[in-house]
Amino acid sequence: MFIISQAYFCIISTIYKTVFIIKKNNSFKHGRGGRMLEEFDISYQLNDSAPIKKQIEELSGEQVKKCYQCGKCTAGCPVAFAMDNPPRKILRLLQVGLAEEALESKSVWICATCETCYARCPRGVDIPRVMEAVRILAKKKGIVPEKNINYFNDLFLKSVKSNGRVHEMGLIVMYNLMSMQPFKDATLAPKLFLDGKISPFPHKVKNPLEIQRLFERVREKEEGGHI
Amino acid sequence: MTLKYAYYPGCSLNSTGVEYNQSAKAVAKHLGVQLEEIDDWNCCGASAAHNTSHLLSIALPARSLALSEKQGLDVAVPCAACFNRMKAAQVEVRESKEMKQTISEVIGMEYEAKYEVKPLLDVLVNDVGLDKIKEAVTRPLTGLKVASYYGCLLVRPPKTMCFDDVEDPMTMDNLVEALGGEPVDWSYKVECCGAGHSTAKPSVGIPMIRDILKNAKLNGANCILTACPLCFLNLDMRQKEASQLHNETYELPVFYFTQLMGLAIGYSAKELFINKHFVDPMKLLEEKDIFRHPDTRREKA
Repeated sequence: MFIISQAYFCIISTIYKTVFIIKKNNSFKHGRGGRMLEEFDISYQLNDSAPIKKQIEELSGEQVKKCYQCGKCTAGCPVAFAMDNPPRKILRLLQVGLAEEALESKSVWICATCETCYARCPRGVDIPRVMEAVRILAKKKGIVPEKNINYFNDLFLKSVKSNGRVHEMGLIVMYNLMSMQPFKDATLAPKLFLDGKISPFPHKVKNPLEIQRLFERVREKEEGGHI
Repeated sequence: MTLKYAYYPGCSLNSTGVEYNQSAKAVAKHLGVQLEEIDDWNCCGASAAHNTSHLLSIALPARSLALSEKQGLDVAVPCAACFNRMKAAQVEVRESKEMKQTISEVIGMEYEAKYEVKPLLDVLVNDVGLDKIKEAVTRPLTGLKVASYYGCLLVRPPKTMCFDDVEDPMTMDNLVEALGGEPVDWSYKVECCGAGHSTAKPSVGIPMIRDILKNAKLNGANCILTACPLCFLNLDMRQKEASQLHNETYELPVFYFTQLMGLAIGYSAKELFINKHFVDPMKLLEEKDIFRHPDTRREKA
């Protein structure tokens, strides 16, 4: 009885596989299947993508064509588990002219810049710089799929800009308010406070105006085309 | 010969990383290393700056480095993230005249990038020398099984950081051995702790912390050693949250390497701010009789 059921299962699965292979071959003949072709015009997207790719290459100082898609970056990436398009795929999207899709990826925000991929890349591609460039450009275009990470970065820099040094307590309080989770980590605060690890008063540089001017000059340089 | 460095504490060492600042200063003084704080230093911008603007991420650390050049000394940086950003700025300015010019304009002073930037770990272990450290030990850390956690930014990217082996660094492990403890061989010494993700994206950050703690525990460690205030905060303050993910208990006290050096040299727990940790290390230290003279410890007496 058992042998008969096994044989039956084998036959059925062979038939299924054959049909699947024929179907797959057909879809190769007609691009990625009729449905996909109806949905977007790939040539339009490819043309559109070229200037974005160029901008990313300029911002990062890296050539995406150097990558030969071995996947070592993604294999060692500690946050790949949480990414929609892991590092190898981001590079592939840029290579084939689907930069828009790269810009919309959550991955570039999830990247923790741990530099593991860069340390291991056999082609020496500075992948974190590419991820960084995609993120900067996405933000300029108003594409921010990970709002909280963006709030955190912005508030961090705001704190540096106004004090010259980060005021951790101010940063966390503001972040909790902005991200609509006012009581996040509230249980940790009393101990931090009693141990003198957080303070309501920021440490400042002698003249915070000097730091504000530094920020301004960076903005001016960037508007003037500096990378 | 006295060793003298310009000291860049960074923002964390005056707030969540007070233990690091306190113990670093004590140990450095004891070993004859003079740390002269850079006057009017500013934040290095950490990862928020380079996530937003590359030029800003170079300019912020460059300002502090330019100020340090007035002291005419190499710079010692305790925080791994600050070290990483400062070294990156120094290398970019050294490699490109154009960048040097731009940076000078942005920070409003000259930055020559003449002096070296070093992690404090390098200074206190390699510049001082393990032999001198061994001589200073009065209370060997017998019984402490230490998982040395280097994290990302001390060693990566290797082309810029030029510090120790990129996949298997040994500086802290050798230090632990010199202090009389037992270095643990484990797999997560250079894995990422998720940095700010524990705050901004906990669903990603907390499992990363859990994996590190779990691997240390599985390999027989009874404590973890770090050289970075953010790694410390993640592993210590977030340990409870991380252990709750799978209902496990790790009970792994976390130390700064300077705290273990201080303990072995003979400083009290209070002098090293060991009473300020979230995961209380006192139980482990008392169990192993670390505070007693080696001859009067239970296993010997």
